[in-house]
Amino acid sequence: MGSSSSSRNKIPNAQELMDQTGFSSAHLLRLYDRFECLDRDNRGYLSPDDFEAVGGLAMNPIGGRIIDAFFSSGQDTVDFSSFVRILAHFRPTDRNRNKEGTQQELPNSRTRKLKFAFQLYDLDRDGKISREELLQVLRAMLGLQVTEEQLQSIAERAIQEADLDKDDAISFDEFKKSLEKVDIDTKMSIGFLK
Amino acid sequence: MATLWRFTLFLCMLLMACGGLSLASEEAETRNTQTETGTGSSSNTTGGGGHEAAPITTLPIVTWKWHHISVQYLVALWILVCWLCKLIIEANHSVTNYIPESALLICSGFILGGMIWGADKMQTFSLSPTVFFYFLLPQIILDSGYHMPNKLFFTNLGAILIHAVIGTCWNAASLGLSLWGCHMGGAMGDLDIGLLQYLLFGSLMAAVDPVAVLAVFDQVHVNEVLFIIVFGESLLNDGVTVVLFNVFDAFVSLGGGRINAAEIVKGIVSFFVVAFGGSLVGIAFGILIALLTRCTKNIQIIEPGFIFVMGYLSYLTAEMLSLSAILSTTFCGVLCQKYVRANMDESSVQTVKYAMKVFANGSETIIFVFLGISAIDKVIWVWNTGFILLTLLFIFVYRFIGVFFLQWILNRYRLVPIELIDMVIMSYGGLRGAVAYGLAVLLDENKIKEKNLMICTTLIVVYFTVILQGITMKPLVMWLKVKRAEVTEVSLLEKMTNKMFNHTLVAIEDISGQIGDNYFRSKWRHFEEKWMTPLLMKPSARKKQDEVFDVFHQLNLKDAMEYVTEGERSGSLEFVRNDSAILDFKKKLESEYTEVLPDIPPYMINNHGAMFTMGRDPIPSVSLEMHEQTMKAMREAEAVDAHHLLDQHLYKSRKQYRHGFSRSDFKINRDEKEVQEIFQRTMRNRLESFKSAKMGVSPPKTIVKHSKKEQQEKIPNGKSMSKTKLCHSGDEDFEFSEGDSASGYDSSYPSFSMRATYRPGAGIENPAFMPDLDPMDLLQIPPWLAESELDSSMVALSHRAQVGLPRTPSNLRRLAPLRISTRSTDSFTLENIPDTQQMDSDQLPPPPPPRPPRDDGYV
Repeated sequence: MGSSSSSRNKIPNAQELMDQTGFSSAHLLRLYDRFECLDRDNRGYLSPDDFEAVGGLAMNPIGGRIIDAFFSSGQDTVDFSSFVRILAHFRPTDRNRNKEGTQQELPNSRTRKLKFAFQLYDLDRDGKISREELLQVLRAMLGLQVTEEQLQSIAERAIQEADLDKDDAISFDEFKKSLEKVDIDTKMSIGFLK
Repeated sequence: MATLWRFTLFLCMLLMACGGLSLASEEAETRNTQTETGTGSSSNTTGGGGHEAAPITTLPIVTWKWHHISVQYLVALWILVCWLCKLIIEANHSVTNYIPESALLICSGFILGGMIWGADKMQTFSLSPTVFFYFLLPQIILDSGYHMPNKLFFTNLGAILIHAVIGTCWNAASLGLSLWGCHMGGAMGDLDIGLLQYLLFGSLMAAVDPVAVLAVFDQVHVNEVLFIIVFGESLLNDGVTVVLFNVFDAFVSLGGGRINAAEIVKGIVSFFVVAFGGSLVGIAFGILIALLTRCTKNIQIIEPGFIFVMGYLSYLTAEMLSLSAILSTTFCGVLCQKYVRANMDESSVQTVKYAMKVFANGSETIIFVFLGISAIDKVIWVWNTGFILLTLLFIFVYRFIGVFFLQWILNRYRLVPIELIDMVIMSYGGLRGAVAYGLAVLLDENKIKEKNLMICTTLIVVYFTVILQGITMKPLVMWLKVKRAEVTEVSLLEKMTNKMFNHTLVAIEDISGQIGDNYFRSKWRHFEEKWMTPLLMKPSARKKQDEVFDVFHQLNLKDAMEYVTEGERSGSLEFVRNDSAILDFKKKLESEYTEVLPDIPPYMINNHGAMFTMGRDPIPSVSLEMHEQTMKAMREAEAVDAHHLLDQHLYKSRKQYRHGFSRSDFKINRDEKEVQEIFQRTMRNRLESFKSAKMGVSPPKTIVKHSKKEQQEKIPNGKSMSKTKLCHSGDEDFEFSEGDSASGYDSSYPSFSMRATYRPGAGIENPAFMPDLDPMDLLQIPPWLAESELDSSMVALSHRAQVGLPRTPSNLRRLAPLRISTRSTDSFTLENIPDTQQMDSDQLPPPPPPRPPRDDGYV
C-alpha cells in the first residue's frame, strides 16, 4: 500500500478526481500509468497526435470523433484530470453508489453517457444532430457496403423516427427519448481493470 | 366450450380406435414391437409381420392389410393425437394463462395413458430412448441452435459455460454423495445401490433439460440475460451429462475395485474430448451448410431441406463418434444461421424458420404427452419414500446452492451483475425433463438392480419440476418483480447508436489500454469479415449484412406491408404508386371536400366513399413524409401484392393448374398468350356482370369479336334506359359509364386517358355494386360540380386496377376504335363529355389500358 499511496501523490488532486469520477485509487493509478505511456514526450498533457498513435484507433471508423471528444472546443491538449473525466463516462453504473450518492451526478450516469454519445454525433456542437451529421456517421460506419443514396435515405428515415418537433434535426431530448429502451448501462460501459 | 368437448370426445374416439388397432395387431404379432415403438420409431421390426397369408384361391378385391402399415399408422396416429391434445389445451386461454402448456400436456398424457391402460390392461406405449434421442430431440436442439440470439449467447458464454460445466458436476456429485450418505445413515431402508450407482443416478439427474426449460421460460418472458443463461446452460450441459453418465456407467460395469487414478484421468480427458469434439463436429457441419447454401441458387425448392438434413447428420455423426450430439447440433445451428439467412432466398429462409418451428414444437408436444403416458405403468412404480423425497429435496437445494455460489463468483467479473432475484429464478428454473428420463431408461437392469426405482424417481422429479415449478414460475416471477423482457421495436437511430457504442467502447478500451471483451469482439469481427464472410457468404449477400442497413430494410418492409393493408382496405393502392398524387390528393381532399361535399350525387358516392376513408385515416401521416425513401420497398411489396391479387381474382383456375404441375417452379406464368386470354376473359366477365346488373340486358357474348354494329345497337339501348331513370340508382351509373367510357380514351383528353386507364379495372369490386357502403351516401354532388374532383377521384382508384390489369397493347388497339365509335353515335355523351368522362373513370368497366410503364414485369 505504501508504494501505491506514494505514487498516488504524483497524481495531481487525486482525491478530488476520485470523488468526481467514482474511480478507485487503483483505477486512477492504472489510468495514470496509461496516461504517461500515451504521453510520449512527458509533457503532462496529450495532444491529438498522441491519441492517433494508439494502434486500434486508426482502424476504428469513428476513432477520430472519439479523439475529438477528449478535447473540449478550442483546445488541442488534454491533461490527466480531463482525460480521467472523459473515461469516467464508461465506468459501469455502480448500483450501491447510486442509492446514496444522489447529491452529485457522476459522469457514468445514464444521462451523461447518453450525452457523450450524442456529442459523438454532434460535430458542430450546436446541440442538434443534423441530417448531414448523421450522414457522416453513417458513412463512416457503413462504409462502402451501401450506396450513397441508401445512406441518405437511412439518415432521412432515422431523423424522422426520432424527430418529434419536426425541425429536421435531433435534439438531445429527442435523442434521449428515442433511446429510452436501450440498456445504456451495459452498452456504454467497459470493465476497467482494477 | 362446446367445441372443446367435441374435440375431447373426438380425441377419445381416436384413441379407442388406436387402442383397438393395436390390440388387433398384438393378437397377430405377439406384440413384440409395440412397447418399444411408441411414438416416432421407424425401427421397422414389424415390417415383415402379417404377410404369410395362405395361398390364395381367388382374386381378392379388397384385403385387410393392417400389418403392412401398422407401425407407420400408429406413428401417424400418435402424432395426430398428441397434436390434438395441444390443440385442445391451447383453445383454453384461461387455463394456459396459469398453467404452462408443458404441464398440461403431461397431464393429458396421464389421461391418454389411463385410457390405454383401461383398454389393454398393460402399458402398450411408452417413450423409448431410441425414439426420443434419435427422432424427437434433434429437431428441438437444431431449432434452438438455429434461432439462438447469437450475440447474447456469446456475450454470456462464460457464465453459461461455468454453470453448465461446474454447476452440472456439482449437481451430480452432491446429489449422488448425499443420497449415498443418507443410505448409509439408513434413511431409505434396504436398497441395493452402491456409491457408484448413486453417482450414476446423480449424473443423469444433474442436467437441466433444454426442452422443459424452453417450454416454461418461453411463456414467462423473463429478461433476456436471465433467459440466455438458463437456456444456454441447459443446452451446453448436455456434454457434461453425457460424459458423466458414460463415465459412471463404465465405472459401474468395471466395479469399484478396478477404478484407479488412470481411469479417473481418462474420464476427465473424455469430458474434454466429448465436449469439444462435439462442438467441432457441429462447427464443421455448420460451415458445410453455409457452403452448400452458397450454391443452391438453382434448386431453390429443396434448399431449405439441406439445413435439416445436415443438422440431423451433425447430430448423428457426433453420436456415431460418441461425442456430444446436442452440443454438435447446437453449434451447427448457431454457426450456420447467419450465413444461411444471407445466402438463401428470402422465401427459403422463411420456410426453414417455419418448418423448424413445426418440427420442434411438434416433437416437444409429443415428448411431453409421452412423458405423461409413460407414467401409467405398474412395473416402474417402485415406491421408496426416503429415496424419492430425498432426491427431490437434494435436487432443489443443491441447485440453489450451486447457482448462488457460482453466480456470486461470476458477478465479481460481470459488468452488470446478476441480481439476487434473478438468481432465485435461475435456480428455480432448473427443470429436469425428458433427457433425464431417457437416460434413466437406458440404464442396464443387470448392473443396476433398482433401475425401476430410479426411473420412477426420475419421473417424479420430472413431474415435480415441470408441473409444480412450471406452474409456480410465473407467479414467482411476478411476485419477485423480475425484470421482464420488453418487446421493443428497433428504430434506426437506436441500431445506429448501438453500433456506434460498440465502436466507442473498442476505442475507449484502446485508449485506456485495456484488453477486454470489446477488444476480442472487434478482433473476431475483423477475422470474420476478412475470412469467414468471403468464404461462406454469397458475394451478393455480403453487402446486406450490415445491421443498420438490415434494420432499415426491415422497417421499410414493414411500412410497405402496412401500406398495402391500408390500401387494400380502402380498395386502392394508388397512393402507393404515385407519390406526387398522394400529396395533391390529400390537399385536394382537404380543400375541396369541405366545399363540394354537400351535393355529391348518389352515383358519385360509392367511389368517393372509398376515397374518403383512404384520405382520412388509411394514409398514415408518416406515409406522407416517408414516401420517398420507402418507395422502393413499397414497389417490391406492391409487386408481391399484384401477384397475389392476380392470383386471387383475375384468372384463377388456369394459372393455378399451370404451376400446380411443376414441382420446381413457383413462378406465375408470364406467357403472353395467357396474359391476353386473361385480359379477354376478364373483360367479358366484367361486361357480363355490368349488363346483368342492369336488369337483364343480355350480356354481349364476346367483347373481342364485337363488330361496330353490335356495339352501336347495344349502347343506345342502354342509354335510353339510363335517361329515363335519370341516374338515381347505382345501376344507372353503369349505364352512363359504359357508354361513355370511350370518351376517357379519346385523344382529346390525353392527360386523363393514361390515368383513367388504370383505374377502372376495379371491375370486380366496383363499389357501385355495393351502393350503401358509406355514410357519405346521403351527400350529393352534381356531375358538373364534381368535375373539379376529377383528379382526386382518379388518384383514389383501385389498386387492383393498376396492378392487376392485363396489358396488351394489341387488344387495346383492337378495342379502342370500337369504343370511340360509340361516341359519335350518341349525342348525349358528346355533350356531356366532361361529366361523363369523369364518371366513367369512376365506375366504368375497364377499357384496355395502355401499358403503364411501371408495371412491367409484375404479371
